[in-house]
Amino acid sequence: MEAIPLRYLRQFLVILAFSFAGEALRALLPLPIPASVYGLALLLVCLCLGLVKVEQVKSAADFLLEIMPVLFIPSVVGLMDLWDVLRSVLLPAVVIAVASTFVVLAVTGHTAQWMLRRKGGGKDE
Amino acid sequence: MSEFLSGSLFFGAGITLLFYEIGLLIKGRFKLAVLNPLLLAAIGIIALLRCLGVEYQAYNQGAQYVAYLLTPATVALAVPLYEQLELLRRNLAAVLSAILAGCLAALGSITLLCRIFALDHTIAASFLPKSITTAIGLGLSEELGGVASLTVAAIAITGVLGNVCAEGFFKLLRIKEPIARGLALGTASHAIGTSRALEMGQVEGAMSSLSIAVAGLLTVVLAPFFVNWV
Repeated sequence: MEAIPLRYLRQFLVILAFSFAGEALRALLPLPIPASVYGLALLLVCLCLGLVKVEQVKSAADFLLEIMPVLFIPSVVGLMDLWDVLRSVLLPAVVIAVASTFVVLAVTGHTAQWMLRRKGGGKDE
Repeated sequence: MSEFLSGSLFFGAGITLLFYEIGLLIKGRFKLAVLNPLLLAAIGIIALLRCLGVEYQAYNQGAQYVAYLLTPATVALAVPLYEQLELLRRNLAAVLSAILAGCLAALGSITLLCRIFALDHTIAASFLPKSITTAIGLGLSEELGGVASLTVAAIAITGVLGNVCAEGFFKLLRIKEPIARGLALGTASHAIGTSRALEMGQVEGAMSSLSIAVAGLLTVVLAPFFVNWV
């Protein structure tokens, strides 16, 4: 077994390679799909085919997923520059954001729960 | 002072991590869902930058190295998804119908509300992609004739809302199945919601990651049908 820092570095390399492959696909295909979603799909396919073993990415992936909320902070702080644009439509924007978020949470959650329970599956693990 | 801070490469990234730590401390102390570390950190940083007279652009010079990890982190979502693949396969019909229903609910409710408020076509088109991940939403907004900056704002607000409110809302509506919770968070609040779903559990996280991709793609296909109605 290699040293832990090196293991992280190697796993991070694998994830960067898939991010890069995602960028390449985005440049090649004329679809409005971001590089990250291509990368996610590619890594998933390679895991399923056994080309990449889950232990070869797991530690670095867990690290990235755990710090994920931090990664959104810069773009949320970006709202400070959008204040002038937002101010003119503030009330409708807030009502639409709140109402539609709750509607989607309710509709998606209940559709899934209803179908899972009808099938009698779901809570079986 | 503000000149030095504006030129610093480490100030932006440093305060991003520092304010997240402070957010975690506050959350741990009071244990209220509204005291979301992501939201607290963003508010704290905006206040600090305003006080110090530092522009967002200057802050982002350093902070962009934090955001840089977002693409690798999204790629890493393949891992929980792979680990829950069997669960997904067994419940494929439920999963896909729920995400489809969620996308239609998003587009339908936004269209309806835009009409009620009699909003400009441009503004309504900017709001339509608000539930999906920024990278897909930006391209879609452009295609529909929206304004990019408004779409970015709407997407960020929607993400934070889902992240902050989902847990209480699930309790209120008795949405208990981990699969249903994950799907709802990912479909309503894209990656920012998913970061919350990952904290709830493995299954929630995996289902939420899946929803980012599926809901994003479905919305790209469905939104053009709605844009004529706003």
